[in-house]
Amino acid sequence: MSETPTRIDFRSNVQHVPPHVPPSVQKATAKFLGTRASVVEVVGDERWQSLRQAGHDLRLHTITHLDYYLTQLEESVTQAGGHVHWARDAQEARRIVLDIARHASRNVKRAVKVKSMATEEIGLNHFMIEAGIQTLETDLGEFIIQLAGVGPSHIIVPAVHLTKEGIADLFREKLGVDAPADPIQLAAIARAKLRQEFLAADMGISGANFMVAETGTLVIVSNEGNGRMCTTLPPLHVAVVGIDKVVPDMDSLNVLLKLLPRSATGQKMTAYTSFITGPRRTDAENGPQELHLILLDNGRTRILQDKIARETLLCIRCGVCLNVCPVYNNVGGHAYGWTYSGPIGAILAPQLLGAEVAGDLPFASSLCGACAEFCPVKIPIPEILVRLRHRVVEGDPVGGPSASPMLRFAAEVGGRTLGLPWLYELGTQWLKIVQAPLRKDGWLPNLPPPLNRWTMSRPMPAFGADVRDWWRDRTPLGRRRKMERKIGLGTLAVGVVALAAWLLARKRGK
Amino acid sequence: MNDPDPFVHESASIPAKITAGNPRKDEHERQTVIKAQLFITCLGENFFSPVLQDMVRLLERLGVQCELPEGQTCCGQPLYNSGFQSQTMEPARQWLRVFRRTEGYIVAPSGSCADFVRHRYPELFPQGTREHAQAVQAAARTFEFTEFLVRVLQVQDVGATFPYRVTYHAACHILRGLGLRQEPKQLLQAVRGLEFIPLPEEETCCGFGGIFSVVYPEVSRAMMENKVRNIEASGAQVVVVSEPGCLMNIAGGLAKIGSPVRAMHLIQILASNGAAP
Repeated sequence: MSETPTRIDFRSNVQHVPPHVPPSVQKATAKFLGTRASVVEVVGDERWQSLRQAGHDLRLHTITHLDYYLTQLEESVTQAGGHVHWARDAQEARRIVLDIARHASRNVKRAVKVKSMATEEIGLNHFMIEAGIQTLETDLGEFIIQLAGVGPSHIIVPAVHLTKEGIADLFREKLGVDAPADPIQLAAIARAKLRQEFLAADMGISGANFMVAETGTLVIVSNEGNGRMCTTLPPLHVAVVGIDKVVPDMDSLNVLLKLLPRSATGQKMTAYTSFITGPRRTDAENGPQELHLILLDNGRTRILQDKIARETLLCIRCGVCLNVCPVYNNVGGHAYGWTYSGPIGAILAPQLLGAEVAGDLPFASSLCGACAEFCPVKIPIPEILVRLRHRVVEGDPVGGPSASPMLRFAAEVGGRTLGLPWLYELGTQWLKIVQAPLRKDGWLPNLPPPLNRWTMSRPMPAFGADVRDWWRDRTPLGRRRKMERKIGLGTLAVGVVALAAWLLARKRGK
Repeated sequence: MNDPDPFVHESASIPAKITAGNPRKDEHERQTVIKAQLFITCLGENFFSPVLQDMVRLLERLGVQCELPEGQTCCGQPLYNSGFQSQTMEPARQWLRVFRRTEGYIVAPSGSCADFVRHRYPELFPQGTREHAQAVQAAARTFEFTEFLVRVLQVQDVGATFPYRVTYHAACHILRGLGLRQEPKQLLQAVRGLEFIPLPEEETCCGFGGIFSVVYPEVSRAMMENKVRNIEASGAQVVVVSEPGCLMNIAGGLAKIGSPVRAMHLIQILASNGAAP
């Protein structure tokens, strides 16, 4: 379950996508995009675009002044009665959560969880269960994937890859209940089980969508009410939140709360927007007696070092880039091999895990740009993908180049050839000749590797560079130039062949 | 040679203003010859030379004086997008050597190449260098074909006749790179006899994506097949694809299944006089 992989092989993963996955995913994403379009239309394009710009600007401001806002956040959370912990990486974060749970005064046995990508990222559930603390996901989608023993396949709808029939089978197998493939009845089964768990839990674990630096408020946006249960019923609330989730103040939050639900689920507001400022102050109040906030770095400060790629950290995890991505829609989230999938996963995972592990992912995009067009905080995802491709092939501050020496050599030769117009032109004419045995009705239906990766799906048009000669034929000067070129290129070709023959003969002679 | 072209100077500094240079509307401007340097592009030249010939005929019919500068190779985008950004410099320098001394507009039958020159070239060279200044100047003069017709020449009806049912695939770089959403369809709708049919999921990528199509061929194929299904379902006889890479992909996909639908470049439709495609 969300174990950190050693190497993500995207091509192998996409070859093993179960056939039911793309249709399930496409059904859900189409629905989200449809509702999104109607709520954005109500806002009006001009206002929506200015909201996006405001969202982008304030997020960029915040992540470039993280030191200031995180210090402010620590002060205000502490002032509100909470405890703040700093975790450098996943291991440290897990250890802090466990230490809090195991503290003699608390002796936690059962924990309930709100849906949180940060805790998926650090593989918290598995760790807690290994340590003997029953840890249960209470978001319906997370509950389902926890039963299935897999990670989320979407940022906001983690079980989107499953059909209702698949979920009914899972409930039958894991919960021993005979469930019909009906969403309402399936939800009722989960609800009945979860209700007892909320009441029995010693600890609630959550993430947060935002943390307001000015007031020390954690903001959780959800639709199921489980978030409120987990953060109010148990006596202890532990929140694990990426340091990128801080916002300066309530005005900034206001902008982001307009962007997030509209982009994510196509709602103006989610059913629940919880504001949690410290634990309860008096016994008369509801809520936990203790609140701990764990601020998770886990590679985020490293992302900040790259001026282009750092806009990755603007992300508010709405998932719209997944919904609109043609690659994601055809392969589903698990093909991306880790917690974060889709376009944001393709830029986030390589930066958090390193190019050695996730260097395939920046290439898993046609660079169509739909993600950037829809992103509510205007992350230039295609530019970051290209930037990361560069870091993968040529190395970056974290790891060496991972492109094969052969490929790098080919790129070097390619680049130089494209700088030599006579050689390039010779090549275009040469291709017209050598393709002859492979040519059929103006197409090349089968090409040798690596171009067989193209022709396995569709033929390639035959090479036919004639436009220059056609152009040169139009004027006397052009015709003369054409003749000179033909003679020059012809002599060159003959020379190359003669040289090759001579070298070959010499080698044979030895 | 001729007097310096006033449009060149303007276009180099304030791209928005060049739209004033409309030879069809303004009697005074009619005096000035508009020049177009053909940026033939590597895929355009190698796979679609007849389209480039149509482009010359069409532009000349509209009173534009065409030139085809010698020495063109590839703009370098495939290398750049593969992460080989240092290796992109050679082709980019060659491109600048070819186009920097030319006059007038630079026009490509491809949104992706025009987008690359316009938006990436100025970033390739360090600010303050001569190459950077040349890249910025060239970027401002470079246009995709549709964009050149609609925004520069301000033409919508080019006098073409094409009596077929036609649908349109919005290639990603024309749509999102250059922001041309309605323009190609406006040109099509002005063609005589043409019945325009909207394409379901018109703005969804066809799966070409340059190296993407060979790095992840299975995903590329799934995207292409989805596009081809939508094209067939539209009931059109012809699908217009104004991007050489996407045209290779979609035409190949249609050929693979023996579809009766033909994939054509917008230029071919606009250059048509009604004869069978």
